[in-house]
Amino acid sequence: MITLTVNGKRHELDVEPDAPLLWVIRDELGLTGTKFGCGIAQCGACTVQVDGRPVRSCVTPAGSVKGQIITIEGLSSDLKHPVQQAWLAEDVPQCGYCQSGQILAAAALLATTPNPTDADIDAKMTNICRCGTYPRIRKAVHRAAAAMAKGVKA
Amino acid sequence: MNAISLSRRALVFSGLSVTGALVIGVPMQAKAGMQPPVMADGTNPAKEMTAFLVIEPDNTVTVRVPHAEMGQGTSTALAMLVAEELACDWAKVRVEYASANRNSQAGGNLYGRMQTVGSSGLRTSVSMMQQAGASARERLRLAAAEQWKIDPADCSVAAGKCVHKASNRSLDYGALAAAAAAVQLSAEPAIKTPDKYQLVGKWTPRLDTAAKLDGSAKFGLDAQVPGMVYAAVWSAPVFGGSLKSVDDVGLKDIRGIVGVVKLKDAVVVVADRYWRAKKGLDALKIEWDDGGYGAVDSETLAADYRAALDKPMGSAEKKGDAQAVLQGPGAKVVEAVYEAPLLSHSPMEPMNCTVALTPDRADVWISTQAPMAVLQQAAKEIGLKPEQVYVHNAFVGGGFGRRGGAHDELIQAIAVAKQVGKPVKLIWSREQDMRRDRYRPQAAVRFRTALDEAGKPQAFQAQIAVGSLLRGGNGPQELPASEPMATECIQNSFYAFPARDVGVLLKNSHVPVSFWRGVGSSQNGFFMEGFMDEVAYAAGQDPYKYRRALLTDRPDALGVIDALAKHSDWGQPLPKGRGRGIAIIEAYGSVSGQVVEVTVSKDGKLKVDRVTCVLDPYHVANPNTVEQQMEGAVIMGMTAALWGEINIKNGAPVEGNFNTYRMARMVETPPRIDVHLVPSGGPKWGGVGEPGLGPFAPALTSAIYAATGKRVRRLPLKHADLSWA
Repeated sequence: MITLTVNGKRHELDVEPDAPLLWVIRDELGLTGTKFGCGIAQCGACTVQVDGRPVRSCVTPAGSVKGQIITIEGLSSDLKHPVQQAWLAEDVPQCGYCQSGQILAAAALLATTPNPTDADIDAKMTNICRCGTYPRIRKAVHRAAAAMAKGVKA
Repeated sequence: MNAISLSRRALVFSGLSVTGALVIGVPMQAKAGMQPPVMADGTNPAKEMTAFLVIEPDNTVTVRVPHAEMGQGTSTALAMLVAEELACDWAKVRVEYASANRNSQAGGNLYGRMQTVGSSGLRTSVSMMQQAGASARERLRLAAAEQWKIDPADCSVAAGKCVHKASNRSLDYGALAAAAAAVQLSAEPAIKTPDKYQLVGKWTPRLDTAAKLDGSAKFGLDAQVPGMVYAAVWSAPVFGGSLKSVDDVGLKDIRGIVGVVKLKDAVVVVADRYWRAKKGLDALKIEWDDGGYGAVDSETLAADYRAALDKPMGSAEKKGDAQAVLQGPGAKVVEAVYEAPLLSHSPMEPMNCTVALTPDRADVWISTQAPMAVLQQAAKEIGLKPEQVYVHNAFVGGGFGRRGGAHDELIQAIAVAKQVGKPVKLIWSREQDMRRDRYRPQAAVRFRTALDEAGKPQAFQAQIAVGSLLRGGNGPQELPASEPMATECIQNSFYAFPARDVGVLLKNSHVPVSFWRGVGSSQNGFFMEGFMDEVAYAAGQDPYKYRRALLTDRPDALGVIDALAKHSDWGQPLPKGRGRGIAIIEAYGSVSGQVVEVTVSKDGKLKVDRVTCVLDPYHVANPNTVEQQMEGAVIMGMTAALWGEINIKNGAPVEGNFNTYRMARMVETPPRIDVHLVPSGGPKWGGVGEPGLGPFAPALTSAIYAATGKRVRRLPLKHADLSWA
């Protein structure tokens, strides 16, 4: 048995401690917004937050996670998070498959770096987007930062 | 078996609302079939305006889209075309997938081929969608006039209402829909001329964005079927190889294993959870046969393609006697050989498929660009009639041609479901996805041109050795013949060449190849425009002005190249180590050009500083999504040009994940990508998903030449030494 706290809800789960967090979230909890992309922490499609930090869930043993997990489904209700609002305003997604991970990575970046430079974005936004939405992601991160500076709450 | 659970927002694209509910008594004509659908008993129970369009009492307009949404924005663009003609409230418009099953029951005459390939989603459906909207508007108007007992000529429409000005009455479309659905028109109404567009052509947010920001958008991978088991698969490392033996002793301590399914060229482990199936797969000891291809590697393949340039070829284009001009006395001949490697599609969503079989019905959940092909393949594999197969196509997590019809994962999932007798979700690992791809073909091309004293080309010759896509999975073969994909951007070039000679040898190895975003234009664009750049320099002329002088018969191409020069600061001096390059192609019915600006350090480090894209697709439905396609094509073009290659060693693909198959990321994204759309109008609509790929690599290598004097003729660039002094 392992215990996970996901989007504020505690779950007791009968799974092996070495089960990847990604598949436990998707197949045990039914939260399919977190995506499988590579399985080796290269692409970031599986990014979730653990205590606010971006974590690549595909290589994270579920039994090793003690903190609060946030998935895309738990980032906000009704797309209220400033990062989601910025993604809407810039109309970022194309196929959309990588965007859950991109959004959670951006939200984690802004939590520690409220006014990121382009170099900060280059360094921290390392998730792969095969459709090539990077130019809009960059704009959206700056837009979200500006909104948060004006007091829009994450 | 509508077991997939869907939240309200995810109803976008459910495609389930009419699944199997309707039997069309009268086959409808795909194009003008805008009369109400009629059941065998003469009723229209679904209250549809047409098979493309439903208007609910609350004024919601549902547009059924016969094309895949894999990021290109086609669903939003097609809905805009309907809404433009319908004159409805855009805020009330939603989209869902048209049903392949229903289309099959109607003999394919309802929604057409339903394929989303070749940048054709909008192009093949534009007139159907416009007619659907126009016809519905007309029938709503007639229904209102009938209700008010007025002359239809006095009834107008605006923003989702029918209006009678004289009596100051109006009715919502929703209130009229049921009556309108029964109205038969004596003739189809005319569609708008572009000068009357109010919505089409305006920058419009996508309809699918919100669902892609909170995890509610459902992709193929997200299908949930009660009682399903999971399958992890590993195929023969060498294409054409087969399974020799499996030792499954390693499975005995793994929880939840259902069984091992042996296929001719693959092993599948089935378990109650995916990670257990994958763990089981990794624990197997497998022996493979190499099909006799174990000695093939990239070096021998590259040498084979170069050597093929001297073999007899099939003629794709012949005008005048190019050979005689090239061999004529005093001809100034420019000659070069260009090469491109195998490329992986690598969409972010790996191949996957979920199937549920009963004796008289099959349900398939899959991310596909071709639901009709899925339906037909599934019917054949299972032994059902096509109308007994229900394809629940989802949002597609990237297609790029990989999901255009050759669905290996579908065939495997069906085989497994048959054996285990339960619904199965089969998921390819990234390694399986990359090593069992059907790649962009390897190619080599030799160009020759003869220039006159003014530097003008008098003859143009191209010899192309490239994998056939139409015979792309049939093992090694050589055929001196052509197919359209082999010669895109080279045959029928828009440049004024007085004599032309294009030959093709279709040459395939054991490695399967297929359609990759941009198809032939993605590598031929590099070859052709890379060469034209060399020719311009050989003639001692500016690459922009040189091309311009050869575009004598093409005002559209002239418009694009002039816009490129204007918006890219072409001609403004740059310091040594920096340079600009230009390229322009015609592909998928559009003219597309780019100027790339680079900095190359003395030790050869390359940085792309700026890209200017210009596209003439003749008409633009939604500038937002067309701009997205151009931005995305630059990024994908960059991955391909800088790093993209699948190497073959001992017959097997080497690269298996993103640690070895490098992808462009944020840090490499050019700080500036400007997109300029210059639609020049006219009768046709051009494609937008693919034309952005071809110009990037040649504009990049042209810029590198301008910066360093080094000419790159072989991709990827990671092999080129770009250092300069």
